[in-house]
Amino acid sequence: MNQDKLIALALMTVALSAVTGLAVITVFIFKEGVPIIVDAGLRGFFLSSDWDPAAGRFGILSMIVGSLIVTLGAMALGGVFGLSLAIVLTQFCPAKLAAIIKPVVELLAGIPSVVYGFMGVVTLVPLIRTYLGGPGLSVLAASIVLGIMVLPTVTSISVDALQAVPRSYWEGSVAMGATKWQTTHMIMLKAARSGIVAAIILGMGRALGETMAVIMVAGNALEVPGSLLDPVRTLTSNIALEMGYATGRHREALFATGVTLFVIIMIFNTTALVIARRGAGKRGPK
Amino acid sequence: MTGFCIFRGEKSSIFLLLVVGIFSIAGCSGHGRGGTVNVVGSTSVQPFAELLAEEYLAKNPTRNVEVQGGGSTAGLQAVRTGLAHIGMCSRTLTPEESGEFKGTLIARDGLAIVVNPSNPVGNLSLSQLCDLFSGAIANWQDVGGVAGPVRPITREEGSGTRDSFVHLVMGDSHITRRALTQESNGAVRELVKGDPGAIGYMSLGMVGMELKTVRIEGIEPTADNVLAGTYNLARPFLFVTKGEISAEATHFFDFVMSEEGQDTLKREGLVRVR
Repeated sequence: MNQDKLIALALMTVALSAVTGLAVITVFIFKEGVPIIVDAGLRGFFLSSDWDPAAGRFGILSMIVGSLIVTLGAMALGGVFGLSLAIVLTQFCPAKLAAIIKPVVELLAGIPSVVYGFMGVVTLVPLIRTYLGGPGLSVLAASIVLGIMVLPTVTSISVDALQAVPRSYWEGSVAMGATKWQTTHMIMLKAARSGIVAAIILGMGRALGETMAVIMVAGNALEVPGSLLDPVRTLTSNIALEMGYATGRHREALFATGVTLFVIIMIFNTTALVIARRGAGKRGPK
Repeated sequence: MTGFCIFRGEKSSIFLLLVVGIFSIAGCSGHGRGGTVNVVGSTSVQPFAELLAEEYLAKNPTRNVEVQGGGSTAGLQAVRTGLAHIGMCSRTLTPEESGEFKGTLIARDGLAIVVNPSNPVGNLSLSQLCDLFSGAIANWQDVGGVAGPVRPITREEGSGTRDSFVHLVMGDSHITRRALTQESNGAVRELVKGDPGAIGYMSLGMVGMELKTVRIEGIEPTADNVLAGTYNLARPFLFVTKGEISAEATHFFDFVMSEEGQDTLKREGLVRVR
């Protein structure tokens, strides 16, 4: 009994220190970043693309657009391919083959991002420059590299969600004469919806937060991109590129960039939670 | 990337992060004491300082010099907080900075304007150069090249190389927002090497054999022309100190300014000060 209490206490301390750590980090980021947003004005900070720290102008619109568009591109690729792969692995593929493919895909998640970035610069960027035009370093290059990077996240969580659907759902559907594909998209995908949404959101979080690979392939220009072949700078790249030098207001502006990123990710996560909860509310297919 | 795990609610990872952070801070606290001379700052000066340190250590095996990059401004910051004995700076100090720090010229460096070897343009005037980077000239045809878009490549805000370039070339104009931004001389070199429309700037000593340098106002960018003062795009390399420095740091400093140290810098493509 006494030992139980001791262990509970120890675990509680560890858990609380983790939460405290998170709280301290949050407070610190906001404390450093918010004053300059107030100072520059919401319009001057969020709705201007004029980023010139030396002249005291801190408009991050182009970077917000950059982050969102690159993330969207990554999800269009990684989400579609990742989810398709998950469906194939759980519904249409012999179990033995799936047992080989799934760990291989998960292995992809362990490759450091700088390696993906390097491969992007060496192989992808010249291809885009030669065959599609533009500088090569572009929204497209960043989206493709990030798409590959989020694929394992999306796949493995979707696979888990699909496998968690009770076998009886599938059996019931097939017994009533539905084809495999009808069963998949009308029963399995609906039943696993909240898990799949979680997979997509986690993938988005990864894409939005990725820095190194993006710096290497995105070109980091400050203009709002007009096409997929234009270079782009994301919020994370901006922080990483300039933090080594930044002092004073410039440094605060980089923290404010972090605050923006924080808020965007909070919005993503909250949306995911709401959707997941709604899915759980009316459990099962109609 | 790791830093953003925290937003995904993986509490264990934050804890790990904190623990790692605490240990690495503890591990660092030994720095800056004892006989080690810490030299921190500009990534443009860094390779030369490393070379100097290597030669210095070969001659004085009992001494210890550590060279780190981070950028000119970061170097000043490190000197201010006492983390570094000597800061490396690849631009002139601002009036405020020169009030606080003492900057000593250790060498001069030319800024080379580089283009892809396939680019026929061999000479540019200063105003053409400015227009190419501000976006006023967007086609190589307008400066005597083959028709095609100009893609200026710049360095990140705060880089000493960028500061010098802006100061020497841009005047009141701004570098276009469309300019690709790369975070090192090496990245600029890779990009210019692969892109026929690219134009970039970098330290003269770092150009290497794979890029083509452009004459400015008809003057070839060479160390001799920088020394003679005919090549206009040159910047100072400074060692920056604050107040009294330790005997070890002074010893290394003296080596850099000695005939031998200056010879090393010259051999590597810089322009010596004496």
